[in-house]
Amino acid sequence: MDDLKNVILEYVIEEYLEDEDEELTFDSPLISGGIVDSFSMVSLKRFLENSYKISIPDEKATPEAFDNVHKIAKLVEEYTS
Amino acid sequence: MLMSNIGSYDNRIKDFSWSIAERELDYQEGNEINIGWYCTDRICQMGKGDKTALIWEGFGGKEKKLTFNDLRVSSNTIGKFLREIGIEAEDRICLFMDKIPELYLSFLGGLKIGAIVQPLFSAFGEESLFVRLENAQTKAIITNKKHVGKIRRIIEKSEFLEHIIIVDYDGKKPLKDREIAFSLENAEPVEEFQIHPTKAESPSVLHYTSGTTGQPKGVKHVHYSLISQYLTTKWVLDLQDDDIYWCTADPGWVTGTSYGIIGPWSLGITQCVLDSGFSAGAWYKFIQKHNVTVWYSAPTAIRALMKAGEDVIKEHNLSSLRHLASVGEPLNSEAVIWSKKVFGHAFLDTYWQTETGSMMLTNYPGMKIKPGSMGKPFPGITATVVDNVKFEPIKEVGKIGLIAFKPGWPAMMRTYWDNEEVYQTKFKNGWYLPGDRSSIDNEGYYWFVGRDDDIINTGGHLVSPFEVESALLEHEAIAESAVVSKPDEINMEVVKAFVTLKPGYEEGPDIELKIMNFIRKKLSPLAMPQEIEFVKNLPKTRSGKIMRRLLHAKEWGEEIGDTSTLEDDE
Repeated sequence: MDDLKNVILEYVIEEYLEDEDEELTFDSPLISGGIVDSFSMVSLKRFLENSYKISIPDEKATPEAFDNVHKIAKLVEEYTS
Repeated sequence: MLMSNIGSYDNRIKDFSWSIAERELDYQEGNEINIGWYCTDRICQMGKGDKTALIWEGFGGKEKKLTFNDLRVSSNTIGKFLREIGIEAEDRICLFMDKIPELYLSFLGGLKIGAIVQPLFSAFGEESLFVRLENAQTKAIITNKKHVGKIRRIIEKSEFLEHIIIVDYDGKKPLKDREIAFSLENAEPVEEFQIHPTKAESPSVLHYTSGTTGQPKGVKHVHYSLISQYLTTKWVLDLQDDDIYWCTADPGWVTGTSYGIIGPWSLGITQCVLDSGFSAGAWYKFIQKHNVTVWYSAPTAIRALMKAGEDVIKEHNLSSLRHLASVGEPLNSEAVIWSKKVFGHAFLDTYWQTETGSMMLTNYPGMKIKPGSMGKPFPGITATVVDNVKFEPIKEVGKIGLIAFKPGWPAMMRTYWDNEEVYQTKFKNGWYLPGDRSSIDNEGYYWFVGRDDDIINTGGHLVSPFEVESALLEHEAIAESAVVSKPDEINMEVVKAFVTLKPGYEEGPDIELKIMNFIRKKLSPLAMPQEIEFVKNLPKTRSGKIMRRLLHAKEWGEEIGDTSTLEDDE
């Protein structure tokens, strides 16, 4: 599970984090914290689907479900298992 | 029950004159008029200096409260600093910040020195930022450190930018060329300040908007815009002295300045700002915590709240709400009915755009609401729909035409920056055409139909297909591109791209994601295609022009129409 979380965290840092000094953790709020906006969430979802060969239904891809790395990893696990 | 400010709409349209607002603002033709002064010093002179002007909440519970006197002094302080570094009247200063208090204060401080304030949405990518700064020949940019990286990547090619002012510099890394740290907390507060003697036609704000072709256009507004921004705020948003007002728009867009700064503060109203990402729970909590009474939001947000469901509403006490309004794109009837059911008040639709500067067609407190309609013209606005040949008013009830306004209301744009030629094309047969189609029913209500051009309205923000197509062509793999809108449940429309690839590149999900991220960083998340379709050929006319119309029709399930000019599809 931690491997999965690390992959997600690294991707978020690489792709979405603008403030170089900001430190992100698995708990950092991504959507409500303004790091990933609702439009960009689509590309994050696409990354997960491509990387893990899954399909996340749109109704499951809510701002709440994508709000931190823990929740995203849980969602990915749900569709990979 | 509270009496609405507008009273009877029918009575208001009789003998209406903008002098109503001029009188209330103690303004006479030829006087000095400065929006920065009206939003701060004047309110203090009216004895409201100690009244709360801004309740700001950032992510993680950070909170600040500023009184009108704080606004006055802090905007003076910023104005003095800007003058000291050489900013003069009519110089362009860009605001490129999160929704932090400094954004609002810099807006007012910039106006006080007579500079032209150019607010830009801070999620813009570096290319979007660069073209807007170059077009306006912007002299200074005020930002927070989170966004400095984007500016650093364009600074070398920026010919005009002399100062990058960072409002939250923490000293951890050295400043680079042209960067200056400015901290309101450490600056000497400026009590007395000489405000630049701007007049009615002095330029004030430069907002950028997308065009179907060509680069984004800078919409130039003047200080006299205050007159209609003040009165529409008072009559449509119905702001009254003890209201707590929340406008959810970012001041990078016109709603965030006309109705997120100028309107409420020129009326001396307390307003709230929430600087964090969207979450239904966080929004309701914010309303409850601050007892928000008047809420001005956007259909995209309202639809996202609908999607979040009613359980989260029941967890909060939202009984403080008394008046709701919406702007940005057509508000669907389901959202109007839903809001009446769950909040006890319907969101009232308002129609206007960057160029109009203030509300044009709206629903008013006390007026019969027809869910899905944009309402009726604001008093003093002469509106109609015209045909697209002679541009004459259509008399037939219910017939679709182009929305048209008689020029001359106070907040109307004065030109497009350095582009008078395109500005003139917006006028036909004596009417200003905003580029939208509508019908008018037998009671004078306007019903939105759609855009009259290819511009994409996504989540209330306009995106130029031309700009996205051009950016796509800069991606190494793409040979040709065409961009259209596709329907979206939440955002009404989103960007969809059709592309052909250069030899050696293969279509697939990985390259699709790379292209999406390329556009997101270069232009903005709004402009990022939510879907990319790889095709062998794009439909073109025999002269080689890409027929976006066919692709649009396909996405929307519409009739394709005349294809006689289409080249053979082999």
